Amino acid sequence: MINYIIRRFLYAFPLLMGVNVLTFVLFFVVNSPNDMARMQLGQKHVTEQAVTNWKQQHGYDVPLLWNSDAQRQEKITRTIFYQKSVGLFLFRFGVSDSGRNIGADIQERMWPSLALALPTLCIGLVVNISFALMMVLFRGSYLEQAGIVLCVILMSISSLFYIIGGQFFIAKLLRLVPISGYEDGVGAIRFLLLPVLIGVFSGIGSGVRWYRTLFLEEVEKDYVRTARAKGLTETQALFRHVLRNAMIPVLTGVVVILPLLFMGSLIMESFFSIPGLGSYTIDAINSQDFAIVRAMVFLGSVLYVIGLLLTDISYTLVDPRVRLS
Amino acid sequence: MSIFLCQIQAMNIPLLSVENLSVTFNHQQTVVDDISFVIYPGETFALVGESGSGKSITALSVLRLLPNNAKIKAHAISLQDDNLIKRAEFELCKIRGRRIGLIFQDPMSSLNPVMTIGSQIEEVLNIHFSLPKKTVKQRVLQLLQQVEIPEPEQRIKDYPHQLSGGQRQRVMIAIALAGQPDLLIADEPTTSLDVTIQAQILALLKIIQQQTGMALWLISHDLALVSTMADRVAVMQQGKIVETGLTKTIFNQPQHPYTCKLLKALPSMQSCLKHIPKEKPPLLQVNDFYCYYPIRKGLFKRVVDHVRAVDGVSFNIQQGKTLALVGESGCGKTTLGKSLLNLIPDGSGEVILNGINLNKLTGETLRQQRANIQIVFQDPFSSMNPRMLVGDIIAEGLRALHPKINATERKVSVAQLLQQVDLPIDSALRYPHEFSGGQRQRICIARALAVNPKLIICDEPTSALDVSVQAQIIQLLKTLQQEKGLSYLFITHDLGVVAEIADEVAVMYQGKIVEHGTVKQVLTQPEHAYTKKLLAAVPVLAID
Repeated sequence: MINYIIRRFLYAFPLLMGVNVLTFVLFFVVNSPNDMARMQLGQKHVTEQAVTNWKQQHGYDVPLLWNSDAQRQEKITRTIFYQKSVGLFLFRFGVSDSGRNIGADIQERMWPSLALALPTLCIGLVVNISFALMMVLFRGSYLEQAGIVLCVILMSISSLFYIIGGQFFIAKLLRLVPISGYEDGVGAIRFLLLPVLIGVFSGIGSGVRWYRTLFLEEVEKDYVRTARAKGLTETQALFRHVLRNAMIPVLTGVVVILPLLFMGSLIMESFFSIPGLGSYTIDAINSQDFAIVRAMVFLGSVLYVIGLLLTDISYTLVDPRVRLS
Repeated sequence: MSIFLCQIQAMNIPLLSVENLSVTFNHQQTVVDDISFVIYPGETFALVGESGSGKSITALSVLRLLPNNAKIKAHAISLQDDNLIKRAEFELCKIRGRRIGLIFQDPMSSLNPVMTIGSQIEEVLNIHFSLPKKTVKQRVLQLLQQVEIPEPEQRIKDYPHQLSGGQRQRVMIAIALAGQPDLLIADEPTTSLDVTIQAQILALLKIIQQQTGMALWLISHDLALVSTMADRVAVMQQGKIVETGLTKTIFNQPQHPYTCKLLKALPSMQSCLKHIPKEKPPLLQVNDFYCYYPIRKGLFKRVVDHVRAVDGVSFNIQQGKTLALVGESGCGKTTLGKSLLNLIPDGSGEVILNGINLNKLTGETLRQQRANIQIVFQDPFSSMNPRMLVGDIIAEGLRALHPKINATERKVSVAQLLQQVDLPIDSALRYPHEFSGGQRQRICIARALAVNPKLIICDEPTSALDVSVQAQIIQLLKTLQQEKGLSYLFITHDLGVVAEIADEVAVMYQGKIVEHGTVKQVLTQPEHAYTKKLLAAVPVLAID
């Protein structure tokens, strides 16, 4: 087990290196520092001097990978790759193009993201699983048929519709909660109610159908027949046997996204003006601030690798058949 | 037993009586068709029939455990005087597991994989009896002892995957016994187990039956097994019971033609006596063959040890002869068959086919040699590509190994091959799923024959098939052997089949061949202890 975890950590290094190199190529080779400077300064009427100045200010005036003018180890260290990308490995995100400390920004903005994403996930899970279990219990009946149709309808409507519709009816017409915005501390609840509700609701269609398939697959298995042959009622068999086995894929599916909850949701956060990491990324893309985008891409891949590792570990905890080696 | 039985029958109070039971699926397909039978207290009643005849459905419908799309119709299903058909679902829950216990065919899938065996047995006790916690635990241990699981205190916390197949079935039996039922339904209890384990489980069932005096309803396709276990037998064919009677009567004087057919199809160990040996040059020589699988461990997955799947095996197969390779599952017989074809990379040793050493060949030359040696796999359902037409499946080998043959000639030879295996010629334009198991195995044989091989490796080709179909396939293989002078390496665990088809037998045990000789020698005068054990475990038709 320990060996396995160590090996997985070692595997993560080449993976993250690859992500880093790939983002570097995308951001500095495809889109050269000259282009970046022009975009920042405005496409028209940009003098050569202004571009050079901008590059000097933001540290883009050195070569990409190899500095042949510099001395000894500076040949490597005085390059854009070393200065901008290697620091990411040590979680030194540096300074954004607009001059803010990215690391501090991330630390500050991940909490609103989490405050929105965690309740959405938890409430969503409870709601989806309860509905799915009910549909499995009433399988073969008209109630189930109706449920499936409802799920398909819910799935077919874009989540943007739920957001705009929710803001219009609940916030604007009924004035139950504010349309958008955020406040630190307990006051945040008032602002989070609507986005959480909409997040849960827009996930019901696909979620219920997905869990229903998982449960149906287990219900057909032989051990459920054994359970009923023991004298358990259908409901008892469902809760004591089916749920436990079906929770294995459910749980591991949830664990893998847990770390990514810090990253927030791009759409929800920008629609509801919640100052989380999702809206942070969107704003950075809009203002062409590549230092932030690069930091977020790297952070995302690190969290995903951690998520996968946690999934493997959680498998061993919930499924006695799995042993890591 | 039989004296006891006569007394009970004289009293004539059946434990379970089923009157006019019919089961239909989806309102049209009648699987069980108006059957009636009785089971007396303390007796062993066997329901025999081929797969698909509706035996398991009958058992499940008594306890109303069928899927939702099944419709049960019956005049009465009476447990003593209680008509179960009139009982509500919640009342039936008090009968399942308490009055009637059930054990199923596959103990692995029938046990909950994420619960310990202790808690699975406990569950029955908690549902049906209100016992204090301590007593429950004691009772679980007692049950595990009763089903002869060694060291029950330690095993109680084990999960099903940590037990062997036989032990899992013992746990299933313990679960069924926990409610102290009056009737135990055993649905193919030993079909997925090895023959030696089968004997142990059957012996255990007998002992428990004698201890508790419960009735045993055995459901099986294995006539030999039934003849040793049952007091009374009912033979089922396509949803109908065609014959019922005392075991002795049924097996000695079968009345119904279907029963006669089943009995005749049964491979028996007597049939080896009629083979007459002839001398021919060896076609395949295998010398000192090894196949080790590496075991990898540690941080960098170094190879620390090997699983010796095949451990120094040597044998010859004569032209036109059949060598049967016998052994329990896991003894390495399938690995040997596959690695002879170089389908598994880890083999080493000398394999000489027709004077050519196969092990030294690589690439194109090896591919060409594949024309001489073909394989028929165990499961005809998974060994064909479901999205290819049967004609294409058969012609694929021809196309790969004889590219000069053009499309029209290929079509002709596919038609010939289909004729040889007794399938209609228009089968070529159909898909594998449209055929039954036996027909599919014929297609697999045609596919192997297509490239004119000299040797066919048959890896348990009949173990997934019903008895009467099995007999047809064996007959087909024999006919083809006579017509074409084929040699077979016949891998099997069924000694009856061995006697039918083989000239020589090699008994394999833990990767080594422990005994080798003619069929007559090995089956009538076994020398190695393992062979003796294997032979003793085979159920034999109890006919006077």
